[in-house]
Amino acid sequence: MNTAAPNYFNEMLHGAEVRQAYQSLERWHRDMPDDLRSLKQSEAEALFRRVGITFAVYGEGGDPERLIPFDMFPRVFTAAEWRKLEKGIRQRAMALNAFIADVYDRGEIIRAGIIPEHLVTRNDAYEIAMVGIRPPRNVWSHIVGIDLVRTGPDQFYVLEDNCRTPSGVSYMLQNREIMMRMFPQLFHENRIAPVDGYADLLKKTLASVAPQKCSGDPTVVILTPGQFNSAYYEHSFLADLMGVELVEGQDLFVEGDFVWMRTTEGPRKVDVIYRRLDDAFIDPLCFRPDSMLGVPGLMNVYRSGGVSICSAPGAGVADDKAIYTYVPEMIRFYLGEAPILENVPTWQCAKKDDLKYVLENLGELVVKEVHGSGGYGMLVGPKSTKSQIEAFRSKIEEKPWNYIAQPTLALSSCPTFVDEGIAPRHVDLRPYCLVGEKVELVPGGLTRVALTEGSLVVNSSQGGGVKDTWVLAE
Amino acid sequence: MKLHIRHVTHYKFDTPVKRLIQSHRLTPADHEGQKVLEWSVSCEGAIRGSSFLSGAGDYTETVCVQGPAEDIEIIVEGTVETQDCAGVLRGHREKVLPSAYLRPTQQTQPDAAIRSLAETAVEGLDVSSGLDRAHALAAAVNDAIAYVSGETEPATTAAEALAGGKGVCQDHTHVLMSAARWVDMPARYVTGYLYSDANGQAHGESHAWAELYVDGLGWVGFDAANRCCPNDLYVRLGSGLDAQDAAPIRGLIEGQATEDLTAKVIVTDVAQQQ
Amino acid sequence: MLSRTADHLYWMGRYIERAETTARLLEVGARNALLPDVGGGFRNDWDAVLRALGVYDSFIDKFGEVVERNITTFLFFDADNPTSVLSCLSAARENARVVRTALTGHTWDAINSSFQELKDFQRTERSKLSLTDLAEWTLHTVSLIRGAIDGTQLRDDGYRFIGLGMAIERGDNTARLLDVKYYVLLPSLSYVGSALDQTQWTALLRSMSAYRAFKWAYRGDITATKIAHFVILNEEFPRSLLSCTRAINEHLDMLSRRYGRPSQAQGVARSMLAELAEARVGDIFDEGLHEFLTRYMRRNAEAAMIIQNTYLAGIPA
Repeated sequence: MNTAAPNYFNEMLHGAEVRQAYQSLERWHRDMPDDLRSLKQSEAEALFRRVGITFAVYGEGGDPERLIPFDMFPRVFTAAEWRKLEKGIRQRAMALNAFIADVYDRGEIIRAGIIPEHLVTRNDAYEIAMVGIRPPRNVWSHIVGIDLVRTGPDQFYVLEDNCRTPSGVSYMLQNREIMMRMFPQLFHENRIAPVDGYADLLKKTLASVAPQKCSGDPTVVILTPGQFNSAYYEHSFLADLMGVELVEGQDLFVEGDFVWMRTTEGPRKVDVIYRRLDDAFIDPLCFRPDSMLGVPGLMNVYRSGGVSICSAPGAGVADDKAIYTYVPEMIRFYLGEAPILENVPTWQCAKKDDLKYVLENLGELVVKEVHGSGGYGMLVGPKSTKSQIEAFRSKIEEKPWNYIAQPTLALSSCPTFVDEGIAPRHVDLRPYCLVGEKVELVPGGLTRVALTEGSLVVNSSQGGGVKDTWVLAE
Repeated sequence: MKLHIRHVTHYKFDTPVKRLIQSHRLTPADHEGQKVLEWSVSCEGAIRGSSFLSGAGDYTETVCVQGPAEDIEIIVEGTVETQDCAGVLRGHREKVLPSAYLRPTQQTQPDAAIRSLAETAVEGLDVSSGLDRAHALAAAVNDAIAYVSGETEPATTAAEALAGGKGVCQDHTHVLMSAARWVDMPARYVTGYLYSDANGQAHGESHAWAELYVDGLGWVGFDAANRCCPNDLYVRLGSGLDAQDAAPIRGLIEGQATEDLTAKVIVTDVAQQQ
Repeated sequence: MLSRTADHLYWMGRYIERAETTARLLEVGARNALLPDVGGGFRNDWDAVLRALGVYDSFIDKFGEVVERNITTFLFFDADNPTSVLSCLSAARENARVVRTALTGHTWDAINSSFQELKDFQRTERSKLSLTDLAEWTLHTVSLIRGAIDGTQLRDDGYRFIGLGMAIERGDNTARLLDVKYYVLLPSLSYVGSALDQTQWTALLRSMSAYRAFKWAYRGDITATKIAHFVILNEEFPRSLLSCTRAINEHLDMLSRRYGRPSQAQGVARSMLAELAEARVGDIFDEGLHEFLTRYMRRNAEAAMIIQNTYLAGIPA
């Protein structure tokens, strides 16, 4: 077995010893003959294909029915590790919600001088249309995806927050499903906390934020941009698991005080819309007038309390990379607590001193666009050539406010199947925190793995894969 | 003054539409300069609902008509008591932070000409004298664009209007907003009614002007087209980031129809009628 | 059920049925082209086939002359021709794809593989494909799809909408085939009873795969009366107007039972059925076969329109 570069934390090892949590997995992979392994690998692929779980790579063209590579070697957290993470994630999700609620209300955190006003009001995701609106239970971001990385036994950092509609949860569920089917004995040998309650929790969360005008059992729907969207599989998968309709804009219409769904039994009132559609497209009478994907009049019904939209329009104001820097401050300000999870130190190129530092140390830093996602438009200094760095330098100088920079983190690695057996590959973690009447999360999340040796980019759009993520029960 | 307003908007479709939905901001809100005495919006055959007061202080209502419909008519009628507050908007209930109105929109994106107009206008005026800067900007816009109707259309951008040198109130307002935002002064588009313009000419249509945020004073209206600040001849309806965002009526029809729109506004002085 | 889902299922049913009709006409046309014409040379029945599908004009616009090679291309592969087998099966598959979760794996597989095989044909050199084989393949494929639907789909509302689409399309196609034979080919009554007439009617029966069934059910000579009875009023023949109308009624009744409310479409469908159940061939000939068929097609379309409005459009009542 290859050993990782010594400065990276290998999650399976403690010094030269295999950690207790990984011992049965270590035996499992050692006892697995090569032919069985390749058999299982193709079985897994066939299963993924059969359920139709594919991923259209954003902006890259190519085969839209491509599979995200699935690595069979699970990633393991002990109960104690997870307890700390879970607390930190809940704390963060609550603070982010309090922040969004505040900036569309009195803006106390701005008045207190903690967050500069322009970072909020000049943010593209800030919606004037949402000022003064109070969604049910004052929850704005109902599904918070928090991207975490690990650098040591006890060091976890939050890489970014996703307050709008974080995707990928279908992979978390399918990865587990497939592992249980292919390797049932592993689940006898290890006590692994289940994740299959996610769909029920999501439905309960959504139902719990039904508007006051709704009496009885709320009707929940998922609003998708349609079958050509790259995450359409996930939309239909979640709708199926929750037992709710998957609707497109054309299936809904506004009349009077409510939103209605066109059904074969006539119009049916809709109470909660889990939308997987960006703000700009949800209502041509409020946002982009040329949007054909949304529901005209939806925002008026929403703002007058006739329907709930999850996440609330404008929730994205909390998850941009410039606001990210202030999340620890938010936690102190709104919750009066010390942050449990740390932020990655971040330099904001909009600030003069930070910009100077960044430009002087480009070779060691990771530079990202403030609004970028999917691993695009970023520079990983230590992995880039001189000319790439120079090209990026001029981009930063041209629009400094568009960039932030972070140190290159020594991301932890986890054993991953490669041709020669297993080898350490870098991983991150996205848990999904549900916020409604209660704050809930299933143990674990989606582990993404950079399949290329030495690579730190785990995005599925750039050759990343996924793994099943275990949290061991006590 | 006591102003009576009758505003009739008529849509005629060449083929019947299956369905029509509109978002209306056709009801003025009270502030020091205006008090609504009576007001009604009617639209025959329409189902109304989903009404609320927005964070910017605008009454919003949703109207839908189940087709087939060949035409619809929206009748707005009411009386408002107005005061001359020299353009200053006081006592208007709203929650949006002024800095939110600094962001440019597609129609108000400044080009080199707008930037230079703005910079020249405020040259030598200290940032602390916001009101002087606002007046200077409004005057510059009035000088740069002649009031000529028919030269521009609703989709004309601020940059295009300034380049053409001719336009109507929408164009003056867009250029003024664009210029103001360029020098870091929050600006918004305001819709409403005007009794008569500076020359005493009755105004047969809806009107629009800009509000600029002046530190220490708050929002102040500037009608660059008429080179003045709104007074008791004006009734304010609602606001937004540009003409489209502030439109009193935003709507959509289902069906392949071309619409023919006619709008008529009659503003009368109640005292003169009696 | 979402109206859009029902709409896709309904149209999936209609397109599957339509593909079959085109294939049957192709088969009959190919066969008739081999028969000697009374006036010497070979008969050319393709005009009638094109007219039956309502695409005669667009064919002439595109190709000018009725030649068999062009017919194959036009009726089988032409994506611009909405009644081509390719167009119908693609449309059926597209409708199915959008509502995949409402279909069983078997149904989806049957529809999807038909489409994949069709793609293979497209890549094959045309001279290696015989018209008869293509028509055969289509009939076989449609049977597979139909079998998957019948054998695996739950008898829920989705099933009813597929069934409605099929029954409405089939009734329309049967009426259209009969109407074309009678009206286009026999404008003058003097032809009735002639030898040509016999060939024509035989072809009609073959186009509904019913030649032998007819022979068993009605002994003796083929007469216009027997044919009309068989195609319109026979309750055992699955493509007869009576059978199609009965199927429409059954599906509508099951829907209204499920939804706990009657629909206006039931009224129209019931009166159509009542008339057909009572009718005698003599009455139909008295009214005029063409007039009768035109009226049937109009009412069938009316029922379809009400179904569209009641269930598929989701328009507030």
